[in-house]
Amino acid sequence: MNGAAGQLPGLLVCLRATLQRELLLVLRRPGDMLNPLFFFAMVCTLFPLAMGPSEEQLAFAAPGVLWVAALLAMLLSLNSLFLSDHADGSLEQLLASPQPLVVLALGKTVAHWLTSGLPLVLLSPALAMAFRLPAGTIWVLMSALTLGTVSLSLLGSVGAALTVGLHRGTALLSLLILPLAMPVLIFGARTVSLSAAGDTYSMGLFALAAYAVGALSLAPFATAAALRISNE
Amino acid sequence: MWTFLHKLASPPHFFSYAKGLIPWFAWPGYALLIYGSFAGLFLAPMDYQQKDAYRIIYLHVPAAYLSMMAYVIMAVAGGIGLIWRMKLAHAVAASAAPIGASFTFLALATGSIWGRPMWGTWWEWGDPRLMSELILLFLYIGYMALRGAIDDTAKADKASAVLALVGAVNIPVIHFSVEWWSSLHQGPTLVRAGGPAMDTSMLYPLLAMILGATLVFVSLLLRRVRSEVLQREQRTRWVKALVLSPKGGR
Repeated sequence: MNGAAGQLPGLLVCLRATLQRELLLVLRRPGDMLNPLFFFAMVCTLFPLAMGPSEEQLAFAAPGVLWVAALLAMLLSLNSLFLSDHADGSLEQLLASPQPLVVLALGKTVAHWLTSGLPLVLLSPALAMAFRLPAGTIWVLMSALTLGTVSLSLLGSVGAALTVGLHRGTALLSLLILPLAMPVLIFGARTVSLSAAGDTYSMGLFALAAYAVGALSLAPFATAAALRISNE
Repeated sequence: MWTFLHKLASPPHFFSYAKGLIPWFAWPGYALLIYGSFAGLFLAPMDYQQKDAYRIIYLHVPAAYLSMMAYVIMAVAGGIGLIWRMKLAHAVAASAAPIGASFTFLALATGSIWGRPMWGTWWEWGDPRLMSELILLFLYIGYMALRGAIDDTAKADKASAVLALVGAVNIPVIHFSVEWWSSLHQGPTLVRAGGPAMDTSMLYPLLAMILGATLVFVSLLLRRVRSEVLQREQRTRWVKALVLSPKGGR
């Protein structure tokens, strides 16, 4: 036993391997990454259509609109986090591997953020400009979205792990995650609107960062536990 | 001590002694509720600012407190069930959820009715307590939805326990975020009379209501856990023996 354990690859190696595999999978199936992104842009387009083209109104509503759209897009992408792995049995391979499941879950979550959170962050300046947000606010929006989507990926991975393999998983996932994600939405949208109004916004960014750090240290354990439970 | 605890946690044993416990919680609880509502509604003096409208606190405060208490019980029981694999703890968590959700709804409804004369609106978005309570209701709904979606009871128990624990970690953050959010909100200044300086003639009925509601809550919880245990253990020998016994388990 000891001899075999000595030959196992280290944690960082297996984290990198998980990441590589996930990124390769997304590369082969770019729709998984692009669909939530299009969804984000479309939801953002719905609001001007619903509220009318008044620029003042749009600029006022922009932080909230962008954040709600980002939250929904993240939810949409979370659904597929463990779905195909569950369907083809590779999830069970992960569970059976001698490496700690926490590291593997973290790897999958990081990959999820890289393929869904990061594109949202990169797309957001274009939408922010379309909504006439002040130029100085765009950086605040991007950093807030970065921290927020990290939290959402981590939080969502717990929900996705709990609902993997359930028939009505999608709707259920939203029910589980949305109340938990409300602090992120509050901090995020508030930070951006404070910045747009020219107020001090650092408090919101700090809170978002604290939430992201807390989620980073706790959520992978919950995800691993949830994965074990739903694959019993 | 340990054997006593082990016996306590065994479903058939629990089933029989919980039956004996229920009246000890239920009757004092209902008595306190009757005293509290009578004293609160008729004996307590009128508030000089809120007139008679303040009297809804006799229902609102116990409901709000129990809505949070039930979540704590649910999360702690879920954690115990997850760590020590105690079946009874999961049954407690499963039974606490609907009661907690009902109290949350009651707290929201009474808060909203109170808000109508006080704030002039049924729903005040700027009040952090109202918002936290609403999110708490959503958490309960998510918890019960997850439980309902998983057919296998053992799996549902563990999965929902994880969710309850994640939620319990999140609740302080939610509360803090909502406070921060509403402190920036340009809402009307909320006048909350009463507060710490409350006359004893108003305070005692309130304390009676809180204690009474807690006792009734425990008796309701025990009742639900009993039926939950019965349902979970329906294939075991002791339940069959109980059902076939002359009194049919009553």
